[in-house]
Amino acid sequence: MSVRVAIVDDHELFRSGVRAELTDALTLVGQAGTVEGAISMIRDSRPDVVLLDVHMPDGGGHAVIEAVHAELPEVRFLALSVSDAAEDVIDVIRAGARGYVTKSISPPELVAAVRRINDGDAVFSSRLAGFVLDAFSGEAPQAADPDLDLLSAREGEVLRYIARGYAYKEVAHQLGISIKTVETHVSAVLRKLQLSSRYELTRWATDRSLL
Amino acid sequence: MRSMSESRVYQSSHGPDATRWRRPPLRRAREGRILAGVAAGIAQHLGLSRIAVRVFFVLATLAAGFGFVVYFLLWILAPAGDVGTAANAGRRPVRRPSGGQLAGIGLVVIGVFVLLAVGGFWFGEAHGWPVVLAAVGFAVLWARGGDDRRGRWNVSRMPGSMQTLVSTPVSLPRLAIGTLLIAAGGAVFLAANTSVSAAGNMLLAFAVAVGGLGLLTGPWIWRLANQLMEERASRVRADARAEVAAHLHDSVLQTLALIQRANEPRETASLARTQERELRAWLYGRAPDAAGVRLRDAVDDMAGRVESQHRVRVEAVTVGDAPLDEGLRALVAAAGEATANAARHSGAESVAVYVELEEGVVTAFVRDQGSGFDPDAVPEDRHGIRESIVGRLARHGGTANVTSGPTGTEVVLRLPRSEA
Repeated sequence: MSVRVAIVDDHELFRSGVRAELTDALTLVGQAGTVEGAISMIRDSRPDVVLLDVHMPDGGGHAVIEAVHAELPEVRFLALSVSDAAEDVIDVIRAGARGYVTKSISPPELVAAVRRINDGDAVFSSRLAGFVLDAFSGEAPQAADPDLDLLSAREGEVLRYIARGYAYKEVAHQLGISIKTVETHVSAVLRKLQLSSRYELTRWATDRSLL
Repeated sequence: MRSMSESRVYQSSHGPDATRWRRPPLRRAREGRILAGVAAGIAQHLGLSRIAVRVFFVLATLAAGFGFVVYFLLWILAPAGDVGTAANAGRRPVRRPSGGQLAGIGLVVIGVFVLLAVGGFWFGEAHGWPVVLAAVGFAVLWARGGDDRRGRWNVSRMPGSMQTLVSTPVSLPRLAIGTLLIAAGGAVFLAANTSVSAAGNMLLAFAVAVGGLGLLTGPWIWRLANQLMEERASRVRADARAEVAAHLHDSVLQTLALIQRANEPRETASLARTQERELRAWLYGRAPDAAGVRLRDAVDDMAGRVESQHRVRVEAVTVGDAPLDEGLRALVAAAGEATANAARHSGAESVAVYVELEEGVVTAFVRDQGSGFDPDAVPEDRHGIRESIVGRLARHGGTANVTSGPTGTEVVLRLPRSEA
């Protein structure tokens, strides 16, 4: 069965562009241009995957996820953005999005990313991998949970390959592990990103030029 | 400024959500007024009935003329304009007072004084008449003149302050009569108070002169100051808008024009990407010369340059950041050469650049998924790899490593760093 997708973006032009690219491979079940409209659309049409713009008036993708995530945990979110600002992207991920890609992504790559999200895996673009490595770099904060606040050596390796532009398949090949294992590592990183206090501390420090 | 606040009120008072009534600003109402619209304006402002407000004014006037003074001050200070009917307030012409209105005003003034005299609130000859004279002079000077002026100010949206000085004088006879009346008030007051000592007289005369001047020029200065503030605020807004417009014109509009002329998709995409990069740098507040200062910006800048020169997509990711030094500059330059090589020779549509700054070492990865090549087969005379990449890094104590195969090429540049 084809994956049921919804598009949430306040730019009509972008929505129609994505719609045209995706309709062959996926089933489009809804779209919305506002946070409020997105929330009711998701409640009504229960898509498998929501393509979610990071930046929208009235709270952005963050607000949409917060409104429906607890109520409909089976709906998964893939964040899409033209933004370079790491904190905006990481905020959406921490709210519960399963991945982040830039809007310049090619249509086949986007379809593949949606499928991967639908399978329950995380989608890390090279940019997001860079953001995460940045957030977790340096000394671990004192008195924090080391399981959450540090990446394992393997996770770091996987992320570095992704940041270098390697696809999951290529990462698996390079490290001599299966794609499934790569996906497991990436999902673990996503979980750490969502649960650890690490990122906030790092941001706090960089905002004050301490790092 | 005024039109903005009016439209806000217009929306909220006519909007569907009537329970969220927002207090309209205090204005002298033009609709439903009897004299100057002060009572009607207050009624709108407070949400009371006009009758109640008017009764209050009459009663308050009985109390030593308090209501009269308040009414008069509000007449001068509150701007005219209808709150509920903002849509037509702007184009409503300024009306001269009708004969009935003038008569009404006169009767009210006379009535007030009669009441004051009869009720025993009269200040006595020494104070009463000077006040009456000065008040009437003030009224002649400012009351209607104010309305005319406001009318004119509304018509021409943004007059310069000099223009308002020149173009909206109070008419000459009115100026003369008003000044004379105020001066006469002062003189009568002084004459009636000669019993005080000579020194006191001096002070008193001075105070009366200052008070008279205040009556003559006060409202005018008040309005001019308001006007200046409004002008300054709108100028700041206009400047900000002009700056954004200038920037967008030089960058985005030029690119859009180029894109319309470009007939090759690759070129179009490249133009769009370059513009996106530039605009983003501008939006997120990067200084124009920041590329020469920080590693992250230098890498982004290099990626942008290669993108625009070679028409391929360059995805640049940097982890960690530091001020540029000689070594980092060499690394970025070498990575730029590697990126350009990949763009030129690999045939791949995109190149990934990853730069990571760790303690003691900085590493750059430049990767494409193109056709690949044999590094050993590159002729001796080709300077690209040997000189620009390997040699340049070696001079700073770094190494370069090229791995290439049928699925693509990766150049790894590693440079040890002594912590500063």
